[in-house]
Amino acid sequence: MQCPKCRGNMRTYERNGVHIEQCDNCRGIFLDYGELETLTQMESRFHAAPPPPPPAAGPAWGAPHGGHYGHHGHHGQRSWVGMLFST
Amino acid sequence: MGLEEELAGIAGAYGGTGAPVVHPTRTDVVVVRRGEVVVKAHSARDHAEALRPRLRAAASAALTGVMLPPLTPEVLQVAGRAVTVWPAGRPVAQDELDDAPWEEGARLLAALHAVPLTGLPGLPAAGGPARAARAVRRMTADGPVERLVRRAFDGLPQELFHGPAPEPFGAVGEAGPLPALLTHGDWHLGQLVRRGRWLLIDVDDLGVGDPAWDLARPAAWYAAGLLDPAVWERFLGAYLASGGPALGRGDDPWRRLDVPARALTVQLAAVAVVNAAGESRELDEVEHSLIEACNRIVRV
Repeated sequence: MQCPKCRGNMRTYERNGVHIEQCDNCRGIFLDYGELETLTQMESRFHAAPPPPPPAAGPAWGAPHGGHYGHHGHHGQRSWVGMLFST
Repeated sequence: MGLEEELAGIAGAYGGTGAPVVHPTRTDVVVVRRGEVVVKAHSARDHAEALRPRLRAAASAALTGVMLPPLTPEVLQVAGRAVTVWPAGRPVAQDELDDAPWEEGARLLAALHAVPLTGLPGLPAAGGPARAARAVRRMTADGPVERLVRRAFDGLPQELFHGPAPEPFGAVGEAGPLPALLTHGDWHLGQLVRRGRWLLIDVDDLGVGDPAWDLARPAAWYAAGLLDPAVWERFLGAYLASGGPALGRGDDPWRRLDVPARALTVQLAAVAVVNAAGESRELDEVEHSLIEACNRIVRV
């Protein structure tokens, strides 16, 4: 395919599932029907994504907190209460 | 006359009235309360010479509002045991853990650590490291769990357990000079009582040491997955917001906490192993999470 602007040769690339034609000469980019919408959607998803949670502050040997690893559902357990209050 | 009767008599002599009540506590300690007076016979291991400056420190003006002051700054002797006399306070309610005063405890520790040693009697080393070493020594069996706990202990800097008392101004460790400050030595929720305000109790391990050890038990609970991270954040946040000096400058509290929290994890695991063996039962889920933490410690 030829560049509609400068008649240079256009090369096809694929970026994240979107086909892009780029001119080797003027670096212009040609998008097929629907590809601009796809890019716009990807951009808004990127901005809407919550920031990744900060790494859990703790020692390298700490329990992975949260999920099914956490044991802190045992608030009433006798040995846990005993441990909170004794040497 | 038995020890408990003698303690009840001392409580009466200091104004305690009513029937004596023996408080459940460690097996090597006897605590008798009569009304507003509590009398404590210390462990036979605790020598009066080491206890004396600790008690005088708790009685000193420098610790007003931080530690419960004794009714007398003298260590009494009953049947070869050191005995101290205290006003009664209201402990933390064990069935109302949601309201436990974590922040108040942290603020009191920060205030304790900030008390200048110069205004106090010459104190022995804080008792935290010795306590951890004793807990490990009390494990007599040699099964895989005991061996794991010992391995986690052996991975700690052993000079903590054999070295001389820390000099004020500190030795140079991996994380820079360790502070040598006034340290409680055995802090947990049972070491808080309320008399108008919350105060620290128990002078048995009070001394000069690395104050990070006072934060290490909650840190160990958190690292074992037992303490709710939100509670840990509240505790640590209140300590830092009160200007607590234990964790040094910088943004990683675990730089200073790592070694003492590993030591307390080992201590708690050893105590759990000994308790379970004494009661001829398996470790429960909570106790097992401490063994799992020891397992992660030896693998890091």
